[in-house]
Amino acid sequence: MTEVASLTAVDNTAKIDFSQDALAFVKTQAHDAGLTEVRESGLAAFESLPFPTRKTEEWKYTSLNALTKQNFNQAAQNFDLEDASDLYVIDELDAYRVVFINGAFVAELSDDITVPGIEFTPFSQANDAQRAIITTHIGNIAETRRNLFTALNNAAVEEGVLLHVAKNVQLDKPIQIVNIVSQQPQPCTAFSRCLLVLESLAQATVIEQFVSTAQTQNVLLNQTTEIQIGDGAKLNHYRLHTEDESSLHFGGVYVDLNRDSQFESYQVALGGKIKRFDVLVNHNQPGSHCEMKGVYLPKNDQHIDIHSYIEHISANCTTDETYRGIMADRAKAVFNGRIHIHPDAQKSFANLSNKNLLLSNKAQINSKPELEIYADDVKCAHGVTVAQLDDQACFYLQSRGISRPEAEIMLSFAFINELLESIPLPAMRKKLRPLLAQQFSADEALTQHILDEDSGVHSGDEQA
Amino acid sequence: MLTINNLQAKVEDKDILKGLSLNVKPGEIHAIMGPNGAGKSTLGNVLSGRDGYTVTGGEVLFNGKNILELDAEERAREGLFLAFQYPVEIPGVSNLEFLKASVDAVRKHQDKEPLDSMSFLKLAREKCKAVNLDQNFLKRGVNEGFSGGEKKRNEILQMMMLEPKLCILDETDSGLDIDALQVVAEGVNSQRDPNRSFIIVTHYQRLLDYIVPDFVHVLADGKIVKSGGKELALELEEKGYSWIENGEA
Repeated sequence: MTEVASLTAVDNTAKIDFSQDALAFVKTQAHDAGLTEVRESGLAAFESLPFPTRKTEEWKYTSLNALTKQNFNQAAQNFDLEDASDLYVIDELDAYRVVFINGAFVAELSDDITVPGIEFTPFSQANDAQRAIITTHIGNIAETRRNLFTALNNAAVEEGVLLHVAKNVQLDKPIQIVNIVSQQPQPCTAFSRCLLVLESLAQATVIEQFVSTAQTQNVLLNQTTEIQIGDGAKLNHYRLHTEDESSLHFGGVYVDLNRDSQFESYQVALGGKIKRFDVLVNHNQPGSHCEMKGVYLPKNDQHIDIHSYIEHISANCTTDETYRGIMADRAKAVFNGRIHIHPDAQKSFANLSNKNLLLSNKAQINSKPELEIYADDVKCAHGVTVAQLDDQACFYLQSRGISRPEAEIMLSFAFINELLESIPLPAMRKKLRPLLAQQFSADEALTQHILDEDSGVHSGDEQA
Repeated sequence: MLTINNLQAKVEDKDILKGLSLNVKPGEIHAIMGPNGAGKSTLGNVLSGRDGYTVTGGEVLFNGKNILELDAEERAREGLFLAFQYPVEIPGVSNLEFLKASVDAVRKHQDKEPLDSMSFLKLAREKCKAVNLDQNFLKRGVNEGFSGGEKKRNEILQMMMLEPKLCILDETDSGLDIDALQVVAEGVNSQRDPNRSFIIVTHYQRLLDYIVPDFVHVLADGKIVKSGGKELALELEEKGYSWIENGEA
């Protein structure tokens, strides 16, 4: 077993007790009184969860050794705004944007939004009515029993962003929430929080974007997102992880679905030093629909770990979950997809597909689909594949004059293309295609044909 | 154009080609017929450079170059084209981007400017029409969900776009109904040119009613055992391959 390499040369001192330091650290942070309750329950939950080892099922394939070699339980200091500009720009995307750097709200880079029916604000700037919404929901959706980082996030909750969309209101523009981590003189932890509340029949598109300022990163970002989708409401959710490869990310997305509500989520993640996020969706009321599409592309020595948990608690709910991963070099990915059909969840329909492509003999994927069914009238399926590039397809392309390296890139890209094509925001597709193609080769001559706007399947819907 | 001298090749440890010789001049159409297992498809695969085939003897000169030393893509750029017996489905790569990448690669090798998007698209649409494929097929994944006939027409479409010097059709007629066969044959005939040669590998004489060969060769047990004009195909059809194999000829 290879251990995750540490950021810098490490001295020979004894291992750091992460949990103990984390407790001490969050207790020293300035707190505002309104969130005491969730913080205390978070602290209690965190104290009850042992620091994961290889024997902890939820962390079996993700080593947290790096967290015991350096002390990350320190506050981030200042940052340079100059570094941050342009990192998060999505061309042709007209969105309402808020920007956080190392967890702190940055007014200079954020839009001032006053739209009727919408409350969109950093916690630190919230008015009384907005604070009331925050205290009502925060901590009620996130689950702390499985993930110590979410427990810790609750314990430390302070700054974050609230989006509240009132009944029947449809957002005219997407919301872009940018989380930047910026390298610090010493290792540190930044906490970030997102609360999205859609009242009944509301509709919104929210992009959660994670970027970093430099090649080397020593900020551990601990991020939790809670989402409440009201009756008949619909959220289109994006989670883009394009941080540099030395980044450390521990995230969680927790979703409560009410009657006939819809959650559509598109997750795209490059690898990091350790990147782990959990997505938990509760079908709390009948008729709700969850659609998740995810792509993960670790390379070099990167590591990524995605755990998804879908809880079918009520009847007549549907889940369609598709994740595809491409692992290159010595990269390692973990995908754990659990679908749990509770006894009352009759007429559930759930489908989970996870396909993986290994581009090297040293790349790894640990995929575990889990179906647990306690109702008898349901339709559920899951499937996992792990494959290498198809030699026949490669030869077919070569036999038409296409070089082997380009053929391999075309076939690799094709593996995730289908998911990219299904992304409803055109600006997002346009942003992601070159960004992901670049992961396979920096040589534009090799990626020009898959990115050719005029000849791809992606030019799809326009006239012939 | 193409000179094959005493070509020997094996797959894994099995000798398949056992001293095959063939000489194809510009503009000629050669049909290679033979029973199953004679080495017909191996010939196409060896010529086009597929992995898994080991050449153990002989030489293949294509316009004076020893192509056995070249990679598959280099042979294609030199002007050699193999129409597959079983074209591969590649979801996620559009037919159009596949064609563009191919045409660009071949033109670059010929020191020609790449076609701009508009001229390329125009050309692709024209050729689609010529092989009776709807333009929507350009936007679909390569061969993805195509019927047998559509896949073969797509092969001819690629041939038309790449304008190769030598086309090897590997049992292109297998699995085609008569209508599809005619479309494919018309496509091939439209590409006949004094500077372009064809090797048509087939099990049946039927295709040769539509694409009339200059020469017919019988391949059996890894060698060409008989050569003749187009009438040889008819004779084979009538008497069967056992006629050759039993040495009655």
